[in-house]
Amino acid sequence: MSKLKTYTRIIIFVCALGMIPANYLSVWQIQLEAPQYPEGLKMEIWSHKIAGDFDKINGLNHYIGMAEIKQENFPEFKVMPWLIWLFVAFGLLTALVGKRFLLWIYVIILSASGAWGIYDFWNWEYQYGHNLNPHAAIKIPGMAYQPPLIGWKQLLNFLAGSFPDVGGWLIIGASVIIVGVLVFEQFRKK
Amino acid sequence: MKNISIKQGLLVAVGILSAGLFNSCKPPKVDSAMAGDAAKKVYVAPGKKDELYLFTSGGFSGQVGVYGLPSGRMLKNVPVFSQDAETGYGYSEETKPMLMTSHGYTPWDDSHHPQLSRTDGQDDGRWLFINANNTPRIARMDLGIFKTTEIIELPNCGGNHASPFTTQNTEYVVGASRFSVPYDKDGDASIAEYKDKFKGTISFVKVDKETGNMKLNFQLLVPGVDYDLARAGKAASHGWVFFSCYNSEKAHTLLEVNASQRDKDFIMAVNWKKAEEYLSQGKGMKWAANYAHNVMDEKTHTATSTMEKEVTVLDVKDLPGVCYFIPCPKSPHGCDVDPTGEYICASGKLAAVIPVYSFSKMIKAIDAKTFDGDYDGIPVIKYEAALDGEVEKPGLGPLHTEFDNEGNAYTSFFVSSEIVKWNVKSKQVLDRVPTYYSIGHLCVPMGDNIKPYGKYVIALNKITKDRYLPTGPELTQSAQLYSIDGPKMQLLLDFPTIGEPHYAQAIPAELVTRHEVKFYKLDNNNHKYAAKNEKEAKVVRNGNDVHVYMTAIRSHFTPDNIEGVKVGDVVYFHVTNLEQDWDVPHGFAVKGALNSELLVLPGETSTIKWVPDHAGVYPMYCTDFCSALHQEMQGYVRVSPAGTNTAIKFSTGD
Repeated sequence: MSKLKTYTRIIIFVCALGMIPANYLSVWQIQLEAPQYPEGLKMEIWSHKIAGDFDKINGLNHYIGMAEIKQENFPEFKVMPWLIWLFVAFGLLTALVGKRFLLWIYVIILSASGAWGIYDFWNWEYQYGHNLNPHAAIKIPGMAYQPPLIGWKQLLNFLAGSFPDVGGWLIIGASVIIVGVLVFEQFRKK
Repeated sequence: MKNISIKQGLLVAVGILSAGLFNSCKPPKVDSAMAGDAAKKVYVAPGKKDELYLFTSGGFSGQVGVYGLPSGRMLKNVPVFSQDAETGYGYSEETKPMLMTSHGYTPWDDSHHPQLSRTDGQDDGRWLFINANNTPRIARMDLGIFKTTEIIELPNCGGNHASPFTTQNTEYVVGASRFSVPYDKDGDASIAEYKDKFKGTISFVKVDKETGNMKLNFQLLVPGVDYDLARAGKAASHGWVFFSCYNSEKAHTLLEVNASQRDKDFIMAVNWKKAEEYLSQGKGMKWAANYAHNVMDEKTHTATSTMEKEVTVLDVKDLPGVCYFIPCPKSPHGCDVDPTGEYICASGKLAAVIPVYSFSKMIKAIDAKTFDGDYDGIPVIKYEAALDGEVEKPGLGPLHTEFDNEGNAYTSFFVSSEIVKWNVKSKQVLDRVPTYYSIGHLCVPMGDNIKPYGKYVIALNKITKDRYLPTGPELTQSAQLYSIDGPKMQLLLDFPTIGEPHYAQAIPAELVTRHEVKFYKLDNNNHKYAAKNEKEAKVVRNGNDVHVYMTAIRSHFTPDNIEGVKVGDVVYFHVTNLEQDWDVPHGFAVKGALNSELLVLPGETSTIKWVPDHAGVYPMYCTDFCSALHQEMQGYVRVSPAGTNTAIKFSTGD
């Protein structure tokens, strides 16, 4: 089993540590803008909670029958902090042991978690946007309110935007660097 | 080697996938920048006058705001349904009767829809009517003097919201109930019996052609839905009034959900000429009632409040041909008749289209009995039979429509916060412009007339948020002026308003100023306690009542020294302003007054009641800066302890 280069191990070490703040910062943000809300509304998704203007969003969305966004409806909050700690711990392990196969496993863990995260988020958005109260005051035939996965989307009078927040960028940034390091190591081996 | 390239390919695929997620860019915001010449279009130079009057409802202030357009300068806040300590309205003895209702003295209300009087379908600038929503009333303001001169209470009514829309020649102003209520057994019924027992009413208040005096001619007893807004027919449809109705579910609780269930509510078409026929045939029921009718006499400057005891009620389900329902999508608000009188545009506030009905098709459907059953005994015309067409995807939350003189309609959209211009005949959307923020009604000058004045549209907004300097938690409401004389609507001006401007009407200034009164003629002053010159000034004791016949002229009161008042007396200061010139009001204030000041206009007499609570010498003075020696316009009232025998004595200049 081949060993990783020292500077590769240092980079992995730093990236692993760099993901620690993601547990104490907002990971993802959903922004809403409307003519009446020029300042915008922002909902933050942390690893263990939702924060921001979700109460205001709930107040607005009940007209069209969208379900209330509630803390307890997200079982992910029990898992996500541990997942981030796993990213940190496995990164440190990879850096300290310095084995190439560990880096491969690390990249697979990160990719699989990312894929699951995207699917899980999309699934929640789909349910949130389609599961409408049939007794809602405003019913527009054929209209669903699924927010965008990433980017901007007009939903009635609201422009909805969905983007990584600081914590999310830390994880994405670290992950991209770690993948890059693996690519570098593979080419080096040639 | 092969192994590696597969792995590398996998990494590239992940990269492409993640890049693909970022493909949607943020759409640009609608440009809210002002066009360069906007300032020029609203600039009215100092000393120059505005082109139009704008009358805005004061909403929960209960009053009427008067503004000049296009400058947006506020000219006056006319007290109507709420006490106004600044002018003494509702505090002075003369004006207290104006606010009497069957419930007693009613110092506040919620005013919603100003409506100008009209002749031949055109605003004539004589009177302005406005409704009180809470304790149902209709007020008439005289536009010669910009004062409220008459208020009539509407009995058998809960929430007079669909009011006071006028017919083509101001034959009637109407008032329809927003809240249905039970009428049997003294009105005492369980709220759970709503569906069976609760009814609405529509009052037809007749307006005298010459004097403007109002009389409740008859009421229609109608199904127990919520009546929201109305417009009278004109030209082709003269003789009809159209009402929007929501809550056809007949919900009595959690209406935001329970009254939003049916796909269609109704427009109610009322043939008031037919109703008049039934009335003259004696088909009406005489119901005992108790409602106030308050009139300000222009000669005595004194209001009287009379309690009327009877009303004639026509039950429309027994009287064919008076009422028809037309289905209308989702909780309609605005119900607006175009200048030709042929098209009726309804704005379902939860609907995705604007239906435009044809009056002639409606009449054909009635003649051919193209009905879709009935609702509470009222025939329901088939939707398609009365429909001329629908405006598709106009915006979100359509509320209210007015018209220009070129066949176009302007509809406000609360949810998407915009004004949308569309063509009445083609139903095509022509232009849209954002409002800041959450527009309710809108107003095109004379936009509900047979010949609209056009030129501008005024947005009446509910929310201002970041548009002005902040003023704590409560922010101003606002109006916005847009020009509509070009192909594109253009925002010109933003200006704050008092209270909530539910609706406004605008009229060319000269139609109002031709009725202008500059001051009251002293010769015509028949006030019981007027002192028409200084020689008539006096103080008269009548038991514990002390009447002060006082005059005011630049720059003194007569008398200005008064003695002989005792603790326990009730003093009435009857102040007559002897000035006979424009813009010389005098104010009157006395220390310890528990009500207000008086603002007395030239030639007018006003009375304030004053009950001094302890002995002493009380200053009194003029509050309206009237002349160079205004500050000298002052005097004293000596109040002696109860039981003393200080004689009545009064003087000026001794």
